[in-house]
Amino acid sequence: MRKLIAAGLVGLSMGVSGMAFADPLKIGVITTLSGGGAGLGIDTRDGFMLAIKQANNPEVEVVTEDDGQKPELAVQIADKMIQSDQVDILTGIVWSNLAMAVVPSAVAQDKFYVSTNAGPSALAGAGCHQNYFNAAYQNDNFHEAMGQYANQDYKKTFILAPNYPAGTDSLNGFKRYYKGELAGEVYTQVGQTDYAAEIAQIRSSGADSVFFFLPGGMGIAFMKQYAQSGVDLPVMGPGFSFSQDVLPAIGDAAVGAKNSATWSKDLDNEANKKFVEAFQAEYNRLPSIYAVQAFDAANLILSAAAKASVTDKDAFRAALKEADFASVRGKFKFNTNNHPIQDVYVREVIKEGDVLSNKIIATAFTDHGDAYAEQCAMQ
Amino acid sequence: MQTALFIEQLLNGLQLGVMLFLMAAGLTLIFGVMGLINLAHGSLYMVGAFACAAVAAATGSFWLGLAASLAAAAAAGAIVEILVIRRLYERDHLDQVLATFALILIFSEGTRWIFGSFPLYLDIPPLLQGSVPLPGGSRYQLYRLAIIGVGVAVAVGLYFLIARTRLGMRIRAGESDREMIGALGVDIRTLYTVVFALGAALAGLAGALVGALQSVQVGMGEPVLILAFVVIVIGGIGSIKGALVGAVIVGVVDTMGRFLLPQLFTLVMPASQATTVGAALASMLIYIVMAVILAVRPQGLFAVQR
Repeated sequence: MRKLIAAGLVGLSMGVSGMAFADPLKIGVITTLSGGGAGLGIDTRDGFMLAIKQANNPEVEVVTEDDGQKPELAVQIADKMIQSDQVDILTGIVWSNLAMAVVPSAVAQDKFYVSTNAGPSALAGAGCHQNYFNAAYQNDNFHEAMGQYANQDYKKTFILAPNYPAGTDSLNGFKRYYKGELAGEVYTQVGQTDYAAEIAQIRSSGADSVFFFLPGGMGIAFMKQYAQSGVDLPVMGPGFSFSQDVLPAIGDAAVGAKNSATWSKDLDNEANKKFVEAFQAEYNRLPSIYAVQAFDAANLILSAAAKASVTDKDAFRAALKEADFASVRGKFKFNTNNHPIQDVYVREVIKEGDVLSNKIIATAFTDHGDAYAEQCAMQ
Repeated sequence: MQTALFIEQLLNGLQLGVMLFLMAAGLTLIFGVMGLINLAHGSLYMVGAFACAAVAAATGSFWLGLAASLAAAAAAGAIVEILVIRRLYERDHLDQVLATFALILIFSEGTRWIFGSFPLYLDIPPLLQGSVPLPGGSRYQLYRLAIIGVGVAVAVGLYFLIARTRLGMRIRAGESDREMIGALGVDIRTLYTVVFALGAALAGLAGALVGALQSVQVGMGEPVLILAFVVIVIGGIGSIKGALVGAVIVGVVDTMGRFLLPQLFTLVMPASQATTVGAALASMLIYIVMAVILAVRPQGLFAVQR
């Protein structure tokens, strides 16, 4: 039955977007397919390729390479893709430090870069570029939303993030909207796996809630140890901490945790229902936020390619900026700095049968942009 | 409340130290007996964690998983020793580093091939859930106390093994003169395989114990490996006693640094700056301690006489 639906969907989307482009389009996907962060990159690739497969257009060619979560490797791959593969568009990087290494030089060589995840503040403000489009978010967005939501219930929050640029961005984003008092503010080591010392501080701090941003394995370790420690303060975090890729490893300890994201499996729109169904049929697992953003990024690129040839940079850029595609996140448009204006939701982790997942419980922001757009000189 | 927090942090430091000891003991034993630098020790830790998670998920029993982790890591260690490591004893350290680094890549991608890229789930056994009261009114997690207990038991066991048994005698003889004990008719090849498998089993045990606290994922062994190297350098390469003392020093210094340094800096600067500066300095602290110890005792605390 699932296969039938999937086949039907593929057929349907072929009918919609199977039209020929003016010129062939070559896309280079650089993402993390090995090492500890591979789960994120694999979801990015699979989400992206699902959209490409649904479009079923022989004019579109995608080359994919593994950056191993290493900036120097990502730079080499980008150079190779631009010079010998001669791609028109680069995309797929998960991590902000890798994006900072690749994006500025790629866009300076007059290539397009469409971000599926990383949204460092430096590229949203003074460092914005007309060829750089972010189809995901600006890094601060999720954390801002959680700060806003925390005002409802909490007066004294303990906040915690790794000591690196995205970590400081995170806590700054949270503090930008949070009005209560901070019970404590702790920066942990990047890659830290034991949080007993921090949990002991939380226990003795007199906090009424905990906000943490610890992506990947760090968050799994923190949540497990937090649940085992017997501290029962409510926990919240950005959606990355409770995304579909880490939930099975955290286990039941995650149930009830509040987290912010621009997407959830139960988001009520036609594109999302079709996407979740097709992704499950294709890969036999639930999609994560990374898969969603990559799927949207691919559809954004395809929508622009249907309108203009990629060789005509100005026309293609204008077509990208229109963002004329059915986002699975519902509303989606670009701000003046080519970063999204979108709704940010608050979700809660639930258990459906044996499967841990998220459901939307509130809307933190409607049509939310970012704090850096006005520093961007581009109009 | 402050004393309770202090005691809790001290126990946390001890627990981290004991876990590092399980890793460092194998590493230092292998270096002491065979003169081999084994970068793939972290991969054996990962093998232990994955074996425990997979068996625990299949059977529902953490204890079967723990047994499986010992068996799997020891078996992986023995196989690797016979197939690869055996050819490296006569080579210089650079070749050893190169070959064992290749083993890391093979283990990582092999594990990904079998288990996939997403982290596995492993929880602490029901028997050890819950916590015990501490003096001062705080509570401490039973499982972490159990880890400390296991570490102490392993330390005592290793002491008896090396000081009191025939195998230990051969290991000590192998450390001081490997040609000679070969000439005396001891099967040195089997001895090396046994020592390597023993070290691997200890790493696998550490991986399984810690896997229940952290995330069981590909690449989990490498950060621990770096700390374990710091431990054996501080303790004196080749010395089990040094590994124990070094591990406890690193564990306690790291935990107390993370806890106390940011608080110390709040006395002299604004809170948000103090947390960043304190956290940055805390992450360097064990390396500073290592540098100081090496400046005073270049061979480490308990250097093995050669």
